[in-house]
This record gives sequence, structure tokens and C-alpha cells, in this order.
Amino acid sequence: MGRLDSLFASCRAERRAALVGYLPAGYPTVADSAALLGEMVAGGCDLVEIGVPYSDPVMDGPTIQSAADTALRAGFRLRDVFSLVESVATAGGRAVVMTYWNPVHRYGVDAFARDLAAAGGLGVITPDLIPDEAEPWLSASDAHDLDRIFLVSPSSTEQRIAMTTKASRGFVYATAVMGVTGARDQVGSDAPGLVRRTRQHTDLPVGVGLGVRSGAQAAEIAGFADAVIVGSAFVARAGGDQERARSEVRSLAEELAAGVRGQVS
Amino acid sequence: MAGAHQGAGDGRTVGDVSGDDGAARTTDAAPPASTLPSGHDPDERGRFGPYGGRFVPEALVAALDELHAEYEKARVDPAFVDELRRLLRDYTGRPSPLTDAPRFGEHAGGARVLLKREDLNHTGSHKINNVLGQALLTRRMGKTRVIAETGAGQHGVATATACALFGLDCTVYMGEVDTRRQALNVARMRLLGAEVIPVRTGSATLKDAINEAMRDWVTNVADTHYLLGTVAGPHPFPVMVRDFHRVIGLEARAQVLDRVGRLPDAVAACVGGGSNAIGAFHAFLDDPGVRLVGLEPGGEGLETGRHGATLTAGSPGALHGAMSYLLQDEDGQTQETHSISAGLDYPGVGPEHSWLKDTGRAEYRPVTDAEAMDAFQLLCRTEGIIPAIESAHALAGALTLGRELGEDAVVLVNLSGRGDKDVDTAARWFGLLPGEDA
Repeated sequence: MGRLDSLFASCRAERRAALVGYLPAGYPTVADSAALLGEMVAGGCDLVEIGVPYSDPVMDGPTIQSAADTALRAGFRLRDVFSLVESVATAGGRAVVMTYWNPVHRYGVDAFARDLAAAGGLGVITPDLIPDEAEPWLSASDAHDLDRIFLVSPSSTEQRIAMTTKASRGFVYATAVMGVTGARDQVGSDAPGLVRRTRQHTDLPVGVGLGVRSGAQAAEIAGFADAVIVGSAFVARAGGDQERARSEVRSLAEELAAGVRGQVS
Repeated sequence: MAGAHQGAGDGRTVGDVSGDDGAARTTDAAPPASTLPSGHDPDERGRFGPYGGRFVPEALVAALDELHAEYEKARVDPAFVDELRRLLRDYTGRPSPLTDAPRFGEHAGGARVLLKREDLNHTGSHKINNVLGQALLTRRMGKTRVIAETGAGQHGVATATACALFGLDCTVYMGEVDTRRQALNVARMRLLGAEVIPVRTGSATLKDAINEAMRDWVTNVADTHYLLGTVAGPHPFPVMVRDFHRVIGLEARAQVLDRVGRLPDAVAACVGGGSNAIGAFHAFLDDPGVRLVGLEPGGEGLETGRHGATLTAGSPGALHGAMSYLLQDEDGQTQETHSISAGLDYPGVGPEHSWLKDTGRAEYRPVTDAEAMDAFQLLCRTEGIIPAIESAHALAGALTLGRELGEDAVVLVNLSGRGDKDVDTAARWFGLLPGEDA
């Protein structure tokens, strides 16, 4: 059983997709990101992905790269991610962590899982860890009851989708386009096909991310996926004057939350 | 698959590309006729002990599988091996000579220093060995576009060269800092028709150029081959790039035996990502009497923190697709490095080197900027050879090794590249520019 099963069950009961919002921990500062995550939850994100800023983010486009850079320069430490997870959980939200693998490896895979679970985190999304290399994480996530969200891509073979979904728990992250993160005007044309292929191999919910930025796009994806994942569009609103940032992040969450319910103005 | 490539019809595989034809062009003996499999291949996941593997986005796995499958076929395909061999002979100019350096050797405790002249290859460094192999593979896979990273520009120039030769589209990512200190190579790549994209993120050096190349690859993987220039990165790059460079050591081993009548006491090579070193070391792995010594960029000294001595001062971690030694902080963030040599200014290293370090088969030592530049000048003035600053680290290591081993010792140095690109840096270092005091 996955920690996110109840979330997806209730979304299904409401006949809608879940809204998943991403923000890098510590951007622009640790305190600011705590407040922004609060706005995302209050605005209607069913789940927040708290990103770990990393020095070499090869899956990220300029928006998230530059946010990670800002966070690291502002003194972000890996342990800050646990306090942010805790703040979300305490406020009644749900949080998973999205992280490149080396910070977890360095911290100690089991120790990271232990501390994340203790903070109330529900799982980890691993953009550069494939199940083939994940033995220590498979056992640590079992030991500490965390979901493990692996990625599938338009280039994945049937065999790899089967293997990857089997190793996953909670949901499966389908990258809608070949490419790095960043808001795009159009959802990748590969996305519906990838979701369909993924569903042939698993009953797990399938979330779609990479490039979503508007309520209309959220509604479009909600038509064929179980979760709509939005990252760069939140990040682009999170910098600068924080009063304005909180308000813009809140209203984007509200727009997207309406989108996943099929209510597009 | 490991151990599965004994099947070459005539026993020739990519490791022995010089083959018989080389004998006609050199007074030294030709390399042994059949030398692969090396007996030192990684497991089927690309692991050398705990190092290597594939720490990459799922989006790249299909391309890596395709590359691996194509390489496994090509490495035992006589047509592929013959074509590569012909290119290395007629285009690169292999086998590269072995040069005695007696006046230099006087400063190395009187040891006999032998230089493996990869600097005399077409494009001026060892990099062309790997590039020609991967360019042939690109064509076999039907891909039309090549991307590459470059530090000093040597790999970028070699890649631009091969793309011109094969009619492939070429984009090279280069840290902005490096485009300034290696401006000559930027111009060379552009002359050859490549697009050079300066990378401004992070430390704007080699590490960031690789990040940007990986982002490009994730986006354009369908028609694009990432022609990685070193023995790092995800499987199969470390084993494939190594195989393409094994020719260095295979030739050198035969040349030293022919010239000296015995094996060298030590082989010295510089290590950034580690491609020239692995190429030089590999033929000697099963010769226990031969010490294999990798020289890392000590920068301004290990104690200053401004260096790139990954194996000396790093710890295991995952960067750019492989588990290997890495210069990282307490949180696993990659640390910024420093070296006067752009080609060695890299916080990671190929996974096989990490394994050779842990098993004790090879040893790795730091060489500071100042030591490297002293050796650079010494080779210029004693032998009339201007080395690349990268290779000058190996020369500095040879000076120390010679003094340790004594005058009866034979030290083989891989002179991985020539120094034309470094004349500006060297002139500044030594104060040789007009208006400066020497």
C-alpha cells in the first residue's frame, strides 16, 4: 500500500485529477519557501513536491536552475528540507521530496528515508535514479514506509515501463515531453500516448509533468492523467517581493485547482 | 555484455586498431595482433566494483541501450574495426611515435624518460582516437547530429574535425571561462564548422558544459549522439571510450619493449576525467611490475581547497551519470574546482580510475599549477617540445618518479597533447608578453 493511495482514492471519488505543485526548498530563502508552500497547499495543491536544490541539475531548465542556484547561495542545507516537509505536514498538507540522487547518497540513503519519514514526508521523486540502480532506495523506502516515484519517458520501451512501474509506489511520473523542466505553451503531444502505455502496465495513478503552466493546460491533462504536476510556473512566481510572490503563487494554485476540476474560465 | 565479445572473425577488435599495418610505418614493433577482450570489462550494468552504472534520467536509457548494443556489435565487426584502423593510420597518423627524452630525464634523477607522442596525432591530442570511433558509431546508428562538451577545447576540436569529415552537424558546449582561456581552440572549432555554445551556468567550466550537453541530449536524443569525450558518464561511455584509447598503451607497450628490451617501471599520465590515462594504463594492467601513476590537478595546493584532485581528496558519489570519486561538500553538492589546465578542471573522474585506486593497481598524486608549469618549461627547453598544460602534469609526475626510482628506471609518460593552445596562458604565467618583465 502506498502513502498516497488515499489522496488518489479521494480524487477519483471526486472524478478529478490531483494537483501537484513543485517548489525548490530554500527558494528564495528557507523561511520564504515555507510560506510559499503554505500558499500552494491553501490554494488547492493536493500534494507538494519539495525540490532539493542541487549544483548540477541536468533535468532542469533555466527557471529551476537559477532558483536552485539562489537557494544554495542563500545557504540552503539539505537538512532544511525536513523542516519544510514538517511545516507542510503540520499545516495539513501532503509532501514528497524531489531530489537528484547524490545528495541522498551523501546523506546516507537509509538515514535520509528515516528523517524524511519522521518529518511526515510521504515519498521521494527521483529524476536521475532509475530502478536499475535503486537497490538501497528500494529497501530504505520499504523500511520507512515511503512511496517511491520513478519517471517514465516517451522514449521508454514497454519493457522499461513495466519494470519501472513495478518498482514504483504512490504514483508514476510521466514526463510529457523529451526535455528539461520549464513552462511551455503546449502540452507535449507524446503525453496522452505515454499515459496510455503506462496504464497498460500498472494500476498506479499516472501524473504528468514538464511544461504545464495554465488552468487550461491543467484541465487538458486532467482529461487523461491522474495528476497534473506543475513546477516551473510556480517557481517563476516565487522570487522577488514576497508579498506579491505569495499572492501570485496562491492564485496560480487556485487557477490550476479549478483546472483539474474541469472548471476553466 | 562483459566477456561476450570474443567472437571477432579474425580476432581483431577495437583495442588493437594499429595492427599489422602500423609495423610498416615505424621502427618499433607493431602492437600485438589480438589483445581483446581485455579481461577488465565492467559487469553487465557497467559497474567497476561499486563504481560506474547509470545515474541518469529515464529519458536517456533508451539511447544508452541503443549505443551499447551498437557498440557491442561494432567492436567485434571486422568492417568497423578495419575502417577505424584505416582512419587512425591514414587520418590521425598512428601509430604515434615514442620519443626518448634524455635531456629532460637528467632532471628526473637520470631516469630514462620515454614520451608517447599523442601530441603528434592529427588535431594535436589523444582525443581523436575516441572521436573517430564514436563518429563511426554515430553513422552506424543513423544519427545526423553530434553534441559534445569540451574543457580545454581538445575534445571539441577533435569532435568538430570528425563531424567535418563525416558530414555531421556539430554543437560543442564549452564553459565561458574556458572559451576565454582557450580562445584559439574556439576559433578552430568554428573554422571546422561547429557551433560553439558558451555555458554561463555554475562555475562556467567543463562540469557545466557537460550539464548543458546532457540537457541538450535529453531534449534531442532521437537524432543526436552525445559524443562524450572522457571515460566518465553513464555506461557504456566509460568502457567504450576506454577501448578507443587502449591503442595508446598497446602501441607504447610494444614500442618500449622493442626500444628498451623490457617493460617500463612506471607509466605516468594526467587525470582529469581520465581518458588518456586509462588508454595509457590499460595495456599494462596485467603487468604487476609496472607502476601506474595518475597525476591530478593540485591547482594552488590541496590545502587551499583550490584544486581538482578528485581521487586524492574526493569521496564516492554520483555525478554526470556514474558513481565515482567526486569533489563534493557535506550535502553532496559538487564543489568548484581550480586548475591552470582547463582540461583537468573537473570535479569528477571516470569510474574505472576509482576502482583502480581502491584496488591499489594504480596510484594517484596531485601536481600543483606551479609544478606543472615548471615541467612545461623544462620540456620546452630540454627537448624542444611544447606540451599541453594537461600533459605537463604527467611530466611533473615523471620528474618526481624518476628521482624516486633512480637512474636505472624507465618511465613512460603519455604526452597527451600539444601546447599551442596554451601559449597565451604560459606566456602570462612566465611573464613573456610584451611590456612584462620576464
